[in-house]
Amino acid sequence: MALTPPENKHWWREPLHRMEIGWITIAFLWGLMMFGVMIYWHINGEQNLSNEAYRVDPETYGEKVEAFAEKYTVRTEGKNDTPVVKPPPGSDVYMLGRLWEWWPILELKKDQTYRLHLSSMDWQHGWSLQPTNINIQVHPKYEMVMTLKPTKSGEFGVVCNEFCGVGHHTMLGKIYVVDK
Amino acid sequence: MGEAPLGGEGVDGQSEDDDQRIHPMQSLLDNPFLLLFIGVAVPAVLYTIWGVMEVASIPIGQ
Amino acid sequence: MVAKEKFRVCPDTGFKVFQHTENLIKANAVVAVVFLLIGGLFGLLVALTRWQAIHLLPADLFYLALTAHGADVLLFWIIFFEVAVLYFAGSVLLNVRIAAPRFAWGAFILMLVGALMANVAVLQGESSVMFTSYVPMQAAPHFYLGLILFAVGALVAMFVFFGTLVVAKQEKTYEGSIPLVTFGGVVAAIIAVYTIASGAIILIPTLLWSLGYIAEIDSVMYKLVWWGMGHSSQQINVAAQVSIWYAIAAMVLGAKPLSEKVSRGAFLLYILFLQLASAHHLLVEPGISSEWKVFNTSYALYLAVLGSMIHGMSIPGAVEAAQRRRGYTQGMFGWLRKAPWGNPAFSGMAMSVLLFGILGGITGVVLGTEQLNLIMHNTLYVPGHFHGTVVAGTTLAFMAITYLVVPLIFRKEIIWPRIAQWQPYLFGLGVAGISVFMMGAGTLGVSRRHWDMTFSDAALNFDVPPAAFLMMGLNGISAVIASIGGVMFILVIVATLLFGKDRAEDACKTNPVILPDGGAVVATSGSEGVLKLPGTIALVSVFFLAFVLYYFVNWKYLSEVWPLS
Repeated sequence: MALTPPENKHWWREPLHRMEIGWITIAFLWGLMMFGVMIYWHINGEQNLSNEAYRVDPETYGEKVEAFAEKYTVRTEGKNDTPVVKPPPGSDVYMLGRLWEWWPILELKKDQTYRLHLSSMDWQHGWSLQPTNINIQVHPKYEMVMTLKPTKSGEFGVVCNEFCGVGHHTMLGKIYVVDK
Repeated sequence: MGEAPLGGEGVDGQSEDDDQRIHPMQSLLDNPFLLLFIGVAVPAVLYTIWGVMEVASIPIGQ
Repeated sequence: MVAKEKFRVCPDTGFKVFQHTENLIKANAVVAVVFLLIGGLFGLLVALTRWQAIHLLPADLFYLALTAHGADVLLFWIIFFEVAVLYFAGSVLLNVRIAAPRFAWGAFILMLVGALMANVAVLQGESSVMFTSYVPMQAAPHFYLGLILFAVGALVAMFVFFGTLVVAKQEKTYEGSIPLVTFGGVVAAIIAVYTIASGAIILIPTLLWSLGYIAEIDSVMYKLVWWGMGHSSQQINVAAQVSIWYAIAAMVLGAKPLSEKVSRGAFLLYILFLQLASAHHLLVEPGISSEWKVFNTSYALYLAVLGSMIHGMSIPGAVEAAQRRRGYTQGMFGWLRKAPWGNPAFSGMAMSVLLFGILGGITGVVLGTEQLNLIMHNTLYVPGHFHGTVVAGTTLAFMAITYLVVPLIFRKEIIWPRIAQWQPYLFGLGVAGISVFMMGAGTLGVSRRHWDMTFSDAALNFDVPPAAFLMMGLNGISAVIASIGGVMFILVIVATLLFGKDRAEDACKTNPVILPDGGAVVATSGSEGVLKLPGTIALVSVFFLAFVLYYFVNWKYLSEVWPLS
């Protein structure tokens, strides 16, 4: 038994129970299927993370975001007068994370695509778009780019879900999606 | 696998056992140090080294 | 070399238990349980804070408690216990003395000093960085040093284990191949070596950085190498827990593995591929290619998952075969109904298998699917998953085998048997609840490691769905139930060690802890091919169906999310 050496000196040569062979085959094929589904989704699925990313200097990135915000600000909101930025559809849009805010607020149009750039000014943060539930890890010195298409209008929260110190739970951003 | 089991109930199979060589897979599984080597080398290459190469090749932005 | 080592022959099993082995097992197991108590307490405080209606701790203490909880249970409780298990699997099961007992004691001291040092660092308040300590967030130097010392100690213990195997082979203390349980221990030790090597490679530079000798550590590189230690340490748990399942089934029911070949082959898949899953944590990081992600996160085409599914059939199969041979052949599940559910070693093991498979395993594969991770990363779904694996699975299995270790190694009769009987059920129920409700909250978008889901101190407003609060309340209640189950365990074990009756030499006849003549009840030939096992077939079929359904349901959820590319 399991606590003692196998009685059969040639235990590898023992034949298998039909149930074992059957289960191993099913489990193996299921594994291949799950592997295949990931590849399939890259080809036919609409939700994939691009690997487009660049090493950046946080100060340079910060300047890019400020320039972007200045160009397209339409109003401000919240206790810190965070600018709400409404960029043209199809353009590059920027957000940065820093202790402890996501900046700026974005206002996007439904069913239009945007190239979203994300980076952090200081520590790792988690970009968690709710209630859609898209979750991305944001690093300092790395700029991540992805193409995004909001399909529902409304008010969306950007929660920070990577622990970043004692103010972590105050870190909240916003994205508005409007119909026109 | 199609081979007949050896040694039957293990009661009187001593002499038959000694004629057969230990199956190579069994030799592998009976060798903890060889297993240690592959158990460290395989993930070190596929996960760690390949992963480090991936991260190191992220391009610099403008 | 040294004079003949002292040993006794265990009257219950016939194994030789050397004095050093016995003392080392006792020391490591006792310290393990102490860390379980401390870590568990921190966990309860965390759960009662995330239950918004109670919100027990203020923010800074919450983050401190969460850091301590992670390190104390995920690292210290579990690895101290695993070291004890390895000494049992190596020295006791092979009837051999421990190689280099002085090194084994040195390892113990290093591990203890390291664990205490890390705890002190966290309690001092400047190292609330979570158990993952992601750079550029920085802890105090002695936080990292504590973890490093602990890791070095554990590595020394691994080498003592391998050395013990060598001594056993040289002194021919056993014939043929090592037992399956020992082999499982080898798997755990191999994974541990890779784990600790990864930890050293990343934590030593991080320590130097915290001391100011290194200017900077790349944050993506850190995550990559750290998780080579972080997730792999959990795979040590998987290997150890599976070995323990086989051990308990053998001791309590005389169950034999259906096929040594199949079980060992499954363990080989673990050795080769289990550690690749560390990639699960990097699926939404910048810049890493999909090829690397898909290959590694799938454990190489899910071959390691195949290993787990094999064990998931082998163990119920072995139990069913043993029970049927003992005469419990009524219907499809008579063998299961008539199993010793009143024996906490058995009930703990059975629930561990069930909960690990369904709550932990399936959700783990789903969570680790490259694209599905997008809707789950860093939400409370993640801790929901791993409380299913590490707590409902590993911790419950470790508790179960403690009920056998105490009479057999400590030679004490378990005190308050009624409490012991109920303990695994209460703990299992509580932890199952924790797992399910955290996953529920995570699906509603609640974040992990987060003090305030109402965002009352934020500059903007946002409302999570109201059902999320219900989930956190139910999670809190489950945590209380689990804590009661945990305290019951600690009470019974500590009371037994302090006040329990000594176990008499002839107790194996009057009050057997394990099945007498375990192997002889069941046939001696390896393959159970002559026996039909309909109950096991039914169980694995239900599991498989649940797996397939749950897997595809999540792809459906993903398809409703904003298109991303």
